[in-house]
Amino acid sequence: MKTNAINSAPNKAQAGRPARLSLADWMPKIVMAPTVIVTLVCMYGYMIWTAVLSMTNSRMLPSYDFVGLSQYERLFNNDRWIVALTNLGIFGGLFILICLLLGVILAIFLDQKIRSEGAIRTIYLYPMAISFIVTGTAWKWLLNPTNGFEKLMVDMGFTDFTFDWLVNPDKVVYCLVIAAVWQASGFVMALFLAGLRGVDGDLIKAAQLDGANTFTTYRRIILPSLKPVFFSAMVILSHIAIKSFDLVAALTNGGPGYSSDLPANFMYAHTFTRSQIGLGSASAMVMLGCVLAILVPYLYSELRGERNA
Amino acid sequence: MKKLALSLTAVAMSISATTHAGEVEVLHWWTSGGEAASINVLKGLMEEEGHTWKDFAVAGGAGESAMTVLKSRAISGNPPASAQIKGPTIQEWGDLGFLSNLDAVAEKGDWDNVLPSVVSNTMKHDGHYVAAPVNVHRVNWLWANPEVFRKSGASIPSTWKQFISEADKIKAAGFTPLAHGGQAWQDATLFEAIALEKGAQFYHDSFIGLSDETLRSAEMVDVFQTFKKMRDYVDTGFSGRDWNIATSMVINGDAAMQIMGDWAKGEFTAAGKKAGVDYVCYPAPGTSEMFTFNIDSLAMFSVKGEDNQKAQQDLARLILEPEFQETFNLNKGSIPARLNMSREKFDSCAHSSMDSFLASSSTGNLLPSMAHGMAASSMVQGAIYDVVTNYFNDESMTAEEAVDKLARAVKASM
Amino acid sequence: MPNTQAIQRKTTSVEKLLRVALYLVLISVAAIYLLPFVVMLITSLKDVEEIRTGTLLSLPASLHFDAWSKAWSSACTGSTCEGISPFFLNSFQIVVPAVIISTILGAINGYVISMWKFRGSDLFFAALLIGCFIPFQVILLPMARTLGWLGIANTTSGLVFVHVVYGVAFTTLFFRNFYQSVPSELVKAARLDGAGFFTIFYRIILPISTPIIVVTIIWQFTQIWNDFLFGVAFSGFDTQPVTVALNNLVNTSFGGKEYNVDMAAAIMAALPTLIVYVLAGKYFVRGLTAGAVKG
Repeated sequence: MKTNAINSAPNKAQAGRPARLSLADWMPKIVMAPTVIVTLVCMYGYMIWTAVLSMTNSRMLPSYDFVGLSQYERLFNNDRWIVALTNLGIFGGLFILICLLLGVILAIFLDQKIRSEGAIRTIYLYPMAISFIVTGTAWKWLLNPTNGFEKLMVDMGFTDFTFDWLVNPDKVVYCLVIAAVWQASGFVMALFLAGLRGVDGDLIKAAQLDGANTFTTYRRIILPSLKPVFFSAMVILSHIAIKSFDLVAALTNGGPGYSSDLPANFMYAHTFTRSQIGLGSASAMVMLGCVLAILVPYLYSELRGERNA
Repeated sequence: MKKLALSLTAVAMSISATTHAGEVEVLHWWTSGGEAASINVLKGLMEEEGHTWKDFAVAGGAGESAMTVLKSRAISGNPPASAQIKGPTIQEWGDLGFLSNLDAVAEKGDWDNVLPSVVSNTMKHDGHYVAAPVNVHRVNWLWANPEVFRKSGASIPSTWKQFISEADKIKAAGFTPLAHGGQAWQDATLFEAIALEKGAQFYHDSFIGLSDETLRSAEMVDVFQTFKKMRDYVDTGFSGRDWNIATSMVINGDAAMQIMGDWAKGEFTAAGKKAGVDYVCYPAPGTSEMFTFNIDSLAMFSVKGEDNQKAQQDLARLILEPEFQETFNLNKGSIPARLNMSREKFDSCAHSSMDSFLASSSTGNLLPSMAHGMAASSMVQGAIYDVVTNYFNDESMTAEEAVDKLARAVKASM
Repeated sequence: MPNTQAIQRKTTSVEKLLRVALYLVLISVAAIYLLPFVVMLITSLKDVEEIRTGTLLSLPASLHFDAWSKAWSSACTGSTCEGISPFFLNSFQIVVPAVIISTILGAINGYVISMWKFRGSDLFFAALLIGCFIPFQVILLPMARTLGWLGIANTTSGLVFVHVVYGVAFTTLFFRNFYQSVPSELVKAARLDGAGFFTIFYRIILPISTPIIVVTIIWQFTQIWNDFLFGVAFSGFDTQPVTVALNNLVNTSFGGKEYNVDMAAAIMAALPTLIVYVLAGKYFVRGLTAGAVKG
């Protein structure tokens, strides 16, 4: 209970020097105040405002003509929204899973005293530095059957090779996964690499003295100790997945048809181009609901774990 | 006499320009091909008058980003002086009270008489002018590369049925019959051209009247079937392609035809191609009597400051000036919004468009383009887009299912 | 170090083979990661004709740098044709203050949340964390109204404000997680000695914070530099950041796309963040190791 230890300090001393300490007491609150105000207004205030709008018939600009929950009803009767939500499920699931797997494998590989580790690490990490606004065109080319991978392979003599996911409505979501994994997996690798470097060396030595081989050491000792890293990586990745917007905007713009739409793109299109602020707000609220579903258990275990520590 | 009056106003204007130099911020998404060159003409004219032109270009997605910017700016209480909005959207902004009154300029310029009524009605909100039209686009065009037709022994189709048989020949000769970009608005442009063959009444009932009966009719099923057939004539990489890239396929002789509005001509012109020689233009199959229009306009938002208001009024005036209308439309590929202008510099495609515009306006065949937001509200348009683009890309969906979805989606969006 | 043992063991031929395989895997993965960038780079050095006739990865016959100079100073972004160079200044004017302010706020917040807990500070932290997850599209309209009220709509200050507001959640998270691993006895002892809030921060906390400051700055710099949505929605005609200009440039064409110019402009727009990653990448992983990962 280290936190209590700190908090008890001013209380004990309070009797002696009240004026000074009361300022010290207030100081944390004062310096936090701007953030608190801004968070309350610009995050929670806006969320509440969006919740209110989702129950109105707002069209081009916000209006306060209440229609109950009928926007939500319309939302779930909308084929495109269902496609977007399903896509988020597929995309998010695969994206998180592949990034975690790839991240941990690459990190373990890179942690084997590799020569020029720095260079390789930088190459893995650089996609995180660039937005899809920049790489969008290159990705479109690479994935496009007429001039991308498919053409490369055909030119190399594999004439039967086809890679037309980008133009196939059933497969296009996997193209999103590919590009998103490319962008984020290096970052996840860095997280795991950092985690590996932080593992207690004595534990490993002890295991190896017990005769455990490398594989067993990783499985029994090292990977379990990376649990918190898995956890933060999960949170960061689901955050990226739910917010994914540039990705779709740059790569497919939702197409073919609207088969690669994600909720953020649905929300944007309806709020800003289709003058359906009410419907757009309802979709935003559903997205926020998804966020809470992921975050609340995480926060609960985080904060409870701390109290138990 | 007229000349004298003109030069007098010019003098008056130049005097006023030196004394009242204002600023206009113009939000637009004219960034492609001939468009950017066209807007530069207006910029030049404004600068000659001594005003400052603040160019606020926001490219991409048929104005999607630009609309976001406009909404954000309007809500923050700081809208640009002028923005590229059109059709029913002008009414929506007018209803919210954002637009400024241009009646004085309009009266001086005699807009009521120099503009065809279908144009001037679109520019008015509540009986007052609030926007200035820059052009009239014809949307139902077919652009073709005659060289490709020659090589494949095909002829320009005049019905959609014929289109299919000719396209088969072209495909057999190893060319892409139809240059197309798989974006919702392009799909809708193609779809609309096919629906137009069923006649003005059908088109009107479907996209303006939004009649459930017409939307569910057998004719609509037929339209969807023909539309799906087009899927066979596009190349594999069409998904997500920009329209001007599709046009360049026709320019380069990779593809035979493109169904696209006359802004495509700007691309041909910018590539140094000549109408009637390097490329030909025909009305989209089966629609030669008809004219689907798309009018670009700059709406004026209420601004503060006398100088800036003056600049804004000058901008509206300059837009209607024959000089600008001519240069702009020569670049853009469209025809002037003003009537009775000299046709001398325009090419054969533009002449045909002008004739058709006049002819169709007296027969009820002059129709607002659904795909370009001239016919219905953005909500209805969006709903139609969704069904059309989804159907085009979904191999398993039948035309009957699509018709049912269309009718339901339109109803839900109203 | 988990890896020491592996190499200390005698290397048998099997292990040698494994190591070769390991290098092969690592290098081929690296090649895949580099692919999009290589395509961009190659394309930017070709001329238009070569792009049309060649394949994605075919090397240019001779190097053409015209595309680069054009993208920098004369390509059209809408109706102005000054390349993307004028927009770099805009981006820096937004990014530098926004990164500095959000990092400072994050450091102080993290310090308070982990060392000076008060009633509700944990709850606030949770609230802040949830706030990170708001889809940014949601806040565009209300934020536009707020900026209008504050009188900083469509200005650089407005954009800095927006980036600080939505960056501070992340920076606080980073610093809080880092400070969580700092032994509380350090602070406790200092307080008993009568050191105040800021004294402890300056003397004890700040000197050990270098790794996390580096991580935070890299993160924030990348996020804000790459931002498009806020940049397009809240900028004025003369404050557009480079991402918005890039988008305009790519969408502006005069008769046929000049992909080489597009690609050159794209690489230039990405260069600042790339440089930061390449130069500071080492500290990034080090900073993460130093505790940011935990929690």
